[in-house]
Amino acid sequence: MAVLAAVLACILLVVVFALVSAPLRAARSRELAGEPPVSELDPERQASNERGRLQSEREAKYREIRDAELDLRTGKLSREDYDAIDSALRAEALTILDEIEHLDERSNPEVEG
Amino acid sequence: MAELGRICLPLALIVCVYGIGVSLYGARTGRVEFSDSGRRAVYALALILTVAFAVLEVAFLRNDFAFNTVADTSSRTTPTFYRAAAVWSSQEGSLLLWAWLLSLWSSLALFLVRRRMRDVAAYATAVLLGFGGFFVALMIFYASPFATTSPAPSEGVGLDPLLRFPTMMIHPPMLYSGYTLCTIPLAFAVGALLARRVDTDWIRATRRFAFAAWLFLGVGILLGARWSYSELGWGGYWGWDAVENASLMPWLTGTAFLHSLMIQEKRGMLKVWNVSLVLATGTLAIMGTFLVRSGVLNSIHAFGGATLGVPFVVLIGVLIAGSIYLVVSRREMLRSEHRLDALLSRESIFLANNVVLVALCFVIFWGTYFPLISEALTGNEASVGPPWFDRYTVPLALILVLLSGIGPVIAWRRATLANARRNFVIPLLSALLTLIVLLAAGVSEKPFALAMFCCAAFVLGSISQEFFRGARARRAMAGEAAPLAVIALVQRNRRRYGGYIVHVGIAVLFVGVAASSSFQHAVEQRLSRGQSTHVGAYTVRYVRPTASITPKNDRAHTGSTLDIGAVLDVSKGGHHVATLHPSEGFYDSGEPAQGTVGHLIGGQAVSHISMNGGVTRDVWTAIAPDISTPALQRIVNVGNRTLPAEDGELAIGFLARSYLKDPPPAQFHFIVSPLVMWIWIGGLIVFGGGLIAIWPTPSAVRRRVAMRSRARSAHGLARA
Repeated sequence: MAVLAAVLACILLVVVFALVSAPLRAARSRELAGEPPVSELDPERQASNERGRLQSEREAKYREIRDAELDLRTGKLSREDYDAIDSALRAEALTILDEIEHLDERSNPEVEG
Repeated sequence: MAELGRICLPLALIVCVYGIGVSLYGARTGRVEFSDSGRRAVYALALILTVAFAVLEVAFLRNDFAFNTVADTSSRTTPTFYRAAAVWSSQEGSLLLWAWLLSLWSSLALFLVRRRMRDVAAYATAVLLGFGGFFVALMIFYASPFATTSPAPSEGVGLDPLLRFPTMMIHPPMLYSGYTLCTIPLAFAVGALLARRVDTDWIRATRRFAFAAWLFLGVGILLGARWSYSELGWGGYWGWDAVENASLMPWLTGTAFLHSLMIQEKRGMLKVWNVSLVLATGTLAIMGTFLVRSGVLNSIHAFGGATLGVPFVVLIGVLIAGSIYLVVSRREMLRSEHRLDALLSRESIFLANNVVLVALCFVIFWGTYFPLISEALTGNEASVGPPWFDRYTVPLALILVLLSGIGPVIAWRRATLANARRNFVIPLLSALLTLIVLLAAGVSEKPFALAMFCCAAFVLGSISQEFFRGARARRAMAGEAAPLAVIALVQRNRRRYGGYIVHVGIAVLFVGVAASSSFQHAVEQRLSRGQSTHVGAYTVRYVRPTASITPKNDRAHTGSTLDIGAVLDVSKGGHHVATLHPSEGFYDSGEPAQGTVGHLIGGQAVSHISMNGGVTRDVWTAIAPDISTPALQRIVNVGNRTLPAEDGELAIGFLARSYLKDPPPAQFHFIVSPLVMWIWIGGLIVFGGGLIAIWPTPSAVRRRVAMRSRARSAHGLARA
């Protein structure tokens, strides 16, 4: 039983080492191949992060627009209040969409907005 | 295989320390490979602890009594079902379960955000591995699940009889899942503050985990309440026990967070409040874990042993100090982007709701920790009981239920008074009608219960109105039949309508609580065979005694040596309602000094209640039979003097037959509680609503909605 435990422990150790070291080994391979290290400070990565953030903002804004419409249809908002809120939300949504488009234009054009 | 388990623990600690180091380095330098390696360290931790947990589980299932924890909490006669769950009945096993669940949920969270918020996620990884390392270190240095004894004993002590119930199998994993899930939003909040990225991204990434924590905690709390009601012998479901309170507090602050995060998502407001709530929820979850392991407070749940108190106090101190420092030092970037547009708005109602929830949490916190604080200051132990808690929590609960009905009928950003007046008509009529009916029925002598019923009616009225109007709007737009319109309405607006269903569940639950606590009839009476007593409108007659000895008749796997009970006939107005079979199990004490026969029944006596439940009322009963009469004790004493150890059970059989032939009067506890079942039904509704709210929208639907919204946004502005 002790031998079995030792064998299993060794297998576990190897698997753990392979798992946690894989990104470091891959980075080392890239370095040896002459590629620059991948950094979160790279403009491309920062643009990707920013795109992700804007996409989340966009989804949330669309949800707000739908919520406002549902509030109108269920009688919680007057038409005047709804028009004012809806215009503001759509303007905010378009601002976000414009930011995403500018980001896409500055980076890879194949990336989906 | 204990060796494998013992190797897993230091390996896990090394992985945690490594992961913390590379994650922090990756976060500071932006080097992606280090952050990724840190994330994979969490996956590795999950793998290692899965192996460790499997080793312990197999040891329990194989009755490997070389493991101390197996010998202390299991036995060959423990049914397999309970043996599998006995893993977490001990301090050591429960620590392993905690760490394992933490590693699993952390792995899932980090996997889902692996391509986003890398800077925040790297810090969050370090925090989560910090928690993991803490619990692994506790197991290594204080309470190892893999400690062994050689030679191994031939038999174990067995599972605590109080834990031999199905709900007890699942209650700890649910509760621990809730606690561990609470640490994920905390970790991401710390990450966001450290990375100085306090926009809404981290909230959106962890919202589902906060919701899942809330769900699991809620289910765990309800399971505990159900166990207390249906298995323990006192007839209640909530006793304001310290450990019950410890699980309720993070649930309350978590509830507050789930509401106020919507305000931050929509309006960029309440950033300080949300960050503080998340940090408080995670810290309260750790404090709840601390309570059962430190021995500082008395509770049926306590594992006992004061050795873990100091490390937990240090961790809690670090969490509190660190949280305060982070929030204060980042207060400038946590400023709200907008102000409240109007006092009459859903934002205002949510804010009021938050204040009530936090106030509830504060009251419970004070009442729970007061004994500790009092003892530290005065040297005298003091305690507060249910009446103290009820005095402050009942009014707050009333306000909470009322607000849960007001919020849905008020619009976001602003609502006009005219609109609000119109939207309150149906809910107010519901409440008024309920009030009239209940007053006519003579409910006026219980004002708080009456108020709760009216508030619940208000909530049901407002939610029903929301569903009706929403479905009507949907039908007008899509021409669907009414049932399909409701389904589509919920599918398209899961968060909103799932939340509404949760509110309905809460209202129903509180109706059950109010009715069962205010209109309960309870009687404690000593009855002889054939005698009757009255409990409210019911008559209970003691028909005959029952007795059974194990292992022959232990169908319920109670493990008791001797089980003594009664057959009771329950009737109302002369009509038979139910037959109940309460009993009390007498267990082996394991103390040879009590004698050959005496030790077989000299251990813990556990009540097995009997209940007839229904939608309108539960009839509940427990028995405390008297086996200390001179005649019965003579059997025990003669057996102790004359019988060898292997024949002790013969005397138990003789004792059982003697009891059946000439039963002494037994002490009974009868309770008739109205509407208890609605507590559990309300809980199920809450759970269902929560699942709907948390369920992700299919990506294809998201893309269609996004495309339509984009076109309409542009069109709407062009038109304006």
